[in-house]
Amino acid sequence: MSRKDPSGGLVISPIKNGTVIDHITAGEALNVLRILGITGSTQECLSIATNVRSKRVGKKDIVKIENRELRTEEVDRIALLAPHAKINIIRDFQVVEKKGVEIPCVLRGVVKCPNPGCITNTNEPVESTFEVLDKGLQCLYCDWLIKNDIASHII
Amino acid sequence: MGSEPVFRREEGFCPCHGGRRNDPGAGPPAGQKTPEGSHTMYHIISIHDFEKNDLDHLLDRAKEFDTGNYRSRVLDGKLAALLFFEPSTRTRMSFATAMARLGGNSISVDSVEASSIAKGETLADTIRVVSGYADAIVLRHPKEGAARLASEFATVPVINAGDGAGQHPSQTLLDLYTIRQSMPIEGLDVGLLGDLRYGRTAHSLALALSLYGVTLHTIAPGGLEMPANIALELREHGVEVVEHADVEEVIRELDVLYVTRIQRERFPDSASYYNVASSYRITPEQLSGVREDLMILHPLPRAGEIDPAVDRTPHARYFEQARNGVPVRMALLHEVMK
Repeated sequence: MSRKDPSGGLVISPIKNGTVIDHITAGEALNVLRILGITGSTQECLSIATNVRSKRVGKKDIVKIENRELRTEEVDRIALLAPHAKINIIRDFQVVEKKGVEIPCVLRGVVKCPNPGCITNTNEPVESTFEVLDKGLQCLYCDWLIKNDIASHII
Repeated sequence: MGSEPVFRREEGFCPCHGGRRNDPGAGPPAGQKTPEGSHTMYHIISIHDFEKNDLDHLLDRAKEFDTGNYRSRVLDGKLAALLFFEPSTRTRMSFATAMARLGGNSISVDSVEASSIAKGETLADTIRVVSGYADAIVLRHPKEGAARLASEFATVPVINAGDGAGQHPSQTLLDLYTIRQSMPIEGLDVGLLGDLRYGRTAHSLALALSLYGVTLHTIAPGGLEMPANIALELREHGVEVVEHADVEEVIRELDVLYVTRIQRERFPDSASYYNVASSYRITPEQLSGVREDLMILHPLPRAGEIDPAVDRTPHARYFEQARNGVPVRMALLHEVMK
């Protein structure tokens, strides 16, 4: 997984197949994994680097996931926390696809409404649905506005 | 989920999902006949869904119904289902009265205990079933967003008659109608007094008034201030919102004073309720020096916020306001079923 870099310390080796998420907002790598449903108990082989020096943004996080290619809807979920992330799909050590992330206009089933009185927090057959606005995320059902700490509301 | 909701476009929104909310001007779900008429609405869910011209149109129609300027029995053969899962006197009775005056009929459920929801049925299933019985559904429900959910599962129009601490658009329309009976709404100084946190009528009214360029004065006991998202939205609409600690500070500047009850049923415990109950009360003495045409409104029921002696002053308009529920709801029922 890693090799010794004689110039100083460990570096993460390239992956043969899978996804590399680069330019994640520094400190958000673990939340990105949470959005993707990847926990310590899942099967994926992971490499995570946090607070890596970046010429462009100062600091960034990087996540490498072996043998899993992210789908577009997964990528867009990441955009909530890491709007500048770059997704690289790797096959046989080659980057076969490179894309940015787009914040979707509406998030369905991604964020739980913090309003205990909201109809989406009942047994009704309805997904939580939030509109992505400049001022935050707004519940389409009860109008509750999430302005901060979006990660803590992710389902 | 059931059928996709009918969303409206809003300026500045990405078109990929077609905008955010049910468009009262949009047609019914696919496969259903679009109501005839140049200005038709389908679901009536939230004041957010209305433009000013939608409100003005409904207020004009309400005036026609109020003055008897309409074809009798215009909803002959139509049936409205009144699903009230929270207590209501005025709203439920005025919808039933409105339906009867239009020549239609109504069927009703008056509580959760009397419905299959008590057996664990979801609201979504109830709505699907009742859609097969009635030509429109009028829904009151304790959960915020319930009417929007209902509109997604209904195959007939849904009118929101109050969803928890959320929206109550028909009350807002009758509030506006009562104001407009006496004066143009544009540019007024309107005071909102009372429970502005849980009081859905105040939320809906404030948002509607934001379309009329009013100045809003809010007076709320500590902890019951207007929710930040609504205050923010009002300011985004360019409304000047002035907060006051006491009604005495501002009452002489007002054209309208809208008083609301402390929403006891929305408090987490009785101790929190009693902490703020009785913290304000309008009395005849407080009305000395107010504008001659100051209008005091209240969605009722009142629980001590207005001294009964105020009823005898020319400023008291709340019983007239309650009466206006009938023509306004006639206009709404006619609008969605015509």
